[in-house]
Amino acid sequence: MSQQLEKFYYDNKIVKWFAYACVFWGVIGMVVGLLAALQLVFPSLNMNYSFTTFGRVRPVHTNAVIFAFVGNGIFMGAYYALQRLLKARMFSDKLSWLHWWGWQLIIVTAAVTLLAGYTTGKEYAELEWPVDIAITLVWVIFGINMFGTILTRREKHLYVGIWFFIGTWITVAILHIVNSFELPVSLFKSYSLYAGVQDALVQWWYGHNAVAFFLTTPYLGLMYYFVPKAANRPVYSYRWSIIHFWALIFIYIWAGPHHLLYTALPDWAQSLGVVFSVMLILPSWGGMLNGLFTLRGAWDKVREDAVLKFFVVALTCYGMSTFEGPTLSLKSVNAISHFTDWTIAHVHVGALGWNGFLTFGILYWLIPRIFQTKLYSQKWAHWHFWIGTLGIIFYAIPMYWAGFSQALMWKEFTPEGQLKYQFLETVTHIMPMYALRSLGGTMYLLGALLMIVNLVKTVKSGELLENEAAEAAPLPKVLDGDGHSYWHSWIERRPIQMLLLSAVFVSIGGLFELIPTFLIKSNIPTISTVKPYTPLELQGRDIYIREGCYTCHSQMIRPFRDEVVRYGEYSKAGEFVYDHPFQWGSKRTGPDLARIGSKYPDSWHYNHMMEPSLMSPGSIMPSYSFLLESDLDISSTPAKIRAMQTLGVPYPEGYDKIANDDLKKQADEIVERLSKDKIRTVSNKEIIALIAYLQRMGTDIKAAPKSETENLH
Amino acid sequence: MSVMIILLSVSLLVAAGFLAAFLWSVKSGQFDDSVSPAHKILFENSTKQK
Repeated sequence: MSQQLEKFYYDNKIVKWFAYACVFWGVIGMVVGLLAALQLVFPSLNMNYSFTTFGRVRPVHTNAVIFAFVGNGIFMGAYYALQRLLKARMFSDKLSWLHWWGWQLIIVTAAVTLLAGYTTGKEYAELEWPVDIAITLVWVIFGINMFGTILTRREKHLYVGIWFFIGTWITVAILHIVNSFELPVSLFKSYSLYAGVQDALVQWWYGHNAVAFFLTTPYLGLMYYFVPKAANRPVYSYRWSIIHFWALIFIYIWAGPHHLLYTALPDWAQSLGVVFSVMLILPSWGGMLNGLFTLRGAWDKVREDAVLKFFVVALTCYGMSTFEGPTLSLKSVNAISHFTDWTIAHVHVGALGWNGFLTFGILYWLIPRIFQTKLYSQKWAHWHFWIGTLGIIFYAIPMYWAGFSQALMWKEFTPEGQLKYQFLETVTHIMPMYALRSLGGTMYLLGALLMIVNLVKTVKSGELLENEAAEAAPLPKVLDGDGHSYWHSWIERRPIQMLLLSAVFVSIGGLFELIPTFLIKSNIPTISTVKPYTPLELQGRDIYIREGCYTCHSQMIRPFRDEVVRYGEYSKAGEFVYDHPFQWGSKRTGPDLARIGSKYPDSWHYNHMMEPSLMSPGSIMPSYSFLLESDLDISSTPAKIRAMQTLGVPYPEGYDKIANDDLKKQADEIVERLSKDKIRTVSNKEIIALIAYLQRMGTDIKAAPKSETENLH
Repeated sequence: MSVMIILLSVSLLVAAGFLAAFLWSVKSGQFDDSVSPAHKILFENSTKQK
């Protein structure tokens, strides 16, 4: 060790700003979540205004909490931990700030566009194509900054936490790109390149891995740094942490299909998802126990230290949700749990407990340190801990209860063999649980607000150490130098490896080019009577997507007795070949709509959209009376038809030019039918298009010859 | 169901990438020492004086 020590500075300013952004967006995300929760108890809170209806508010909540709160939390913790673990300042201050500003701008754009109804209609991937591109760019900036720091590090060994950040970066990049293949129609409207079953599979491959690689692996990386630091004890077993990491990432990428059990997805893919999901319990619990055992012999500290209390609950919640995950992936459990509020309970144990509490603990530990002071009030932090923990309990238990009740009531038959409950009865029955859940959410939010006061007082009592001086010896050049020369010589000395490596890169590129053509060709219908949507129905479907109907209604009837009796013939894969994007949904706050078509007269839908409780007294669906007033924009029809043609939907050549004639004709027919039921309206209103779509849904198959459908899945 | 082929190949590629990273890290001696890294992170090399 004759190397000269180098002096350098840790960048604490960027950490501070990511921390502020994390707290700020966290509160916004929670407030919006509380609003959404209250809307299910008091439908009048939808305020009869398009921007504030549940269908638009809920995606803002999920996106804000995942990408804004947890996202900034990841960056805060990673920028703090990376610098210290690698004994280096972040690679480039410019990139750090581009990263910060880019991410915050994306969040603002996301909030505005989602409220304005610009959405792709795919859960947790709702943002439209320009935002998707911006996300990719900022993610690349983060990547260059992180890998640049790794290559210029002064510590040879990469601590396990860094491996988690690397795994996160690579996988999120791939998931985001593959799931965001979409064909733009206009600045803020695009159609998914995939249709129906294929779209569903890609979406949940993404959706599951978003949970795995955005909410889990980066937070495990943070856990492996901040828990030992806060406890001032080495991690229980370092070897275990290494095994845990590699096992977790290898298994996680295969678990996606467990979101599609009993759907129109082929059985073998479902089974693959189940097997890997069950295996996941081992690495997940390995990580959880490793974190908890780190506190061995330090439990007296947990009694005193609010930070450690937060970490213990975070790890416990991680353990609970990763036990529950494999359980929910079992087909027999999923038959009951899927589409119920059980899922909502499950994700909130993860989000509120694991992500939220780990973030709070890190904030309480980190802010005093970079501000060179002590936390203003340990007592308040303890109060926050208890209010927050009670909040999680008051949130989760009612939602579990609601989920079980829904599942049991949906499936219950009378001795005469009829469904015992109307769907609406199963909704009104769990309303008290929704109210209690809102109480839990309020408590959790109050705790977070108390934290903000505490942190503000802490910040005021100290002074930010913007550039923290540190010393370390550089890595000896002979070992792996400054990265560049090392990689260069490594590759140079290994021509075969280099060849293989380039082959891999080229095939990745080729694959990405092939995907579009490959997919479009494969959208060949297997049910001859399934036809493309008419122009009016297509416009109506876009309204359905815009209003986020999928946040409460599924379009997927599973092959169970109760579902077939309640909704009709179970859904077949061939029915969705023109659905760009698919709209199967994940939760039934309202009934399934896959076969709603021609079930009710047009006038029923008209009145129901105007005021749902008129047709179904006690309904908690928001009023969509604004659709009765707003004009349908038919100038977009030709572009939409052309886009669909590009995606392989067989509209006749040149149909885009005459599509609006057909649209008007069909609209007039609906207006005519409505007038017979004494409803006066005009044909250019959005409601007409929506009715056209609703009346079409699930009807094509009824005309199909029996031989075509009887053996289909 | 051609999308399966795509997703399988993408997933396999990711897994192969992970495997390569794993082999590299083992070969380059990243995991030779499974005791001291856990302790090392507890020491600050910050030079600020309290």
